Amino acid sequence: MKFMLLQHYGRVEGDVPPMSQWAPEDVEAHIKFQKDLNAELRERGEFVEAQGLTGPEAAKFVLASDGAPIVTDGPFAESKELLAGWRMVDVESEERALEIAAKASEGPGPKGVPLRQQIEVRQVMGPIEPSE
Amino acid sequence: MTGRAVRRPELEDLLRESAPRALAAVVRRFGDFADAEDAVQEALVEATRAWPAQGTPESPTGWLIAVASRRMTDKIRADSARRAREERIAAEPEPGPSAEADDTLVLIFMCCRPELTPASAIALTLRAVGGLTTAEIAAAFLVPEPTMGRRIARAKKTVEEAGEPFGLPAAAERKERLAAALRVLYLIFNEGYAASEGPDLARAELSAEAIRLTRIARLALPEEPEVGGLLALMLLTDARRLARTDAAGELVPLDQQDRGRWDAAAIAEGHRVLNEAVAMGAVGPHQLQAAIAAAHDRARRPEDTDWAEILALYGLLERVAPGPMVALNRAVAMAMAERPEAGLALLEELEPRLEGHHRVHAVRAHLLELAGDGAGAHASYVRAAELTASLPEQRYLTRRAARLAGGA
Repeated sequence: MKFMLLQHYGRVEGDVPPMSQWAPEDVEAHIKFQKDLNAELRERGEFVEAQGLTGPEAAKFVLASDGAPIVTDGPFAESKELLAGWRMVDVESEERALEIAAKASEGPGPKGVPLRQQIEVRQVMGPIEPSE
Repeated sequence: MTGRAVRRPELEDLLRESAPRALAAVVRRFGDFADAEDAVQEALVEATRAWPAQGTPESPTGWLIAVASRRMTDKIRADSARRAREERIAAEPEPGPSAEADDTLVLIFMCCRPELTPASAIALTLRAVGGLTTAEIAAAFLVPEPTMGRRIARAKKTVEEAGEPFGLPAAAERKERLAAALRVLYLIFNEGYAASEGPDLARAELSAEAIRLTRIARLALPEEPEVGGLLALMLLTDARRLARTDAAGELVPLDQQDRGRWDAAAIAEGHRVLNEAVAMGAVGPHQLQAAIAAAHDRARRPEDTDWAEILALYGLLERVAPGPMVALNRAVAMAMAERPEAGLALLEELEPRLEGHHRVHAVRAHLLELAGDGAGAHASYVRAAELTASLPEQRYLTRRAARLAGGA
């Protein structure tokens, strides 16, 4: 079963400044945490993909219209709801996907305090299941 | 898909056939499953390079065994701590030819150890017994090659740690081990049969591979009717493959399939294999499932389906191997054999046991539609579409719901 673990910008506990304002060692610790988690998932044969997205400042919204599509640039009032990145894992059960998400949620923030970031867990649609 | 992609089909078939025989011989000789598996994979890669250029050797299996054994002795030689073992092996006579089907079966049992997760057992079986490369298996399951590599390596470690000598499992645990092995073969079949998107070819091959391995298992265990039952189930199900999706790749339900496109030869073989299994007198879940598939395949038109027989078979199946799918299918059979209301009544009775299963809603929708309750059917189709994790099924359910909303 494949699951998408989605991370959004704003969904963290407390008031955490953007990463660009963290102390350099805190940034390093956070990057190391993410890489270590990916390495662990690879080692267990569960890793499919992990990607980060460019910042919300560079985001654009596109809307079809009668004429040319309408393209809206940031900054957006709701930028905290935007997607920051994702991991896709291939696991034996939903339980295991939730366990990985819980771990991802503990990524360290400033001074090593866990961010407790809310991770959105969504099962990826697969082919049809056997019915007989 | 390196290496394998350039293989010609005949060469591919030959390698697939020879791989488990070679592996069995090397494991038998050196007793080290994980290393032997690596050595045989290397020999297979070597064969894809050498054979097209130099011609296929007279004994392909012998060639693979020789190359793999050379790798094994190189490895052992490199490891001084193992020198004593090397001397012991060198002193042993060459193993004589053994029944190939038996060797393949032993490997299947090794790769389907109950402590392995289904995904690990599937991957290991495909590589060690099926002779597929890690890249091919990774492509079929849409995961990166290194991930699949690790999954297989971990599975091999589990097999190694179990420390089982090369041979069939002890009689005491034979039944349980056979059930586990058949389950893995069935899962491999389903992985291929369920393919409706993604790299279809790579996945459709999985069904063919599962059928091939099950045939071999049946040769090695002619006295086990459930192996024949599983083979019959695969053949009778696979026979409908072409009719199962339309030109756009969308799912076609059984009652709307063009039965002229069913594979008559596969159906005939499935019936024959099933009859032989049933004649042995120990009925099991695979034989019952095959009998249900056979009943469907016998009907020339959907309205010719013998639902009373199918209902009786589901009743038996529920006693032998109860589960939510069986219960749901029995409710459908009940509705078809008697009246939709009878199926709905059974569904209601079953509901507490099936809590949360998305197919409950799909079945209820179907039965309500049959009973003429368009509004109720619509609501259940919508609920089922919300809950399913299968994309083709979601599309199908959404279409049914939309049609009822528009036409009602």
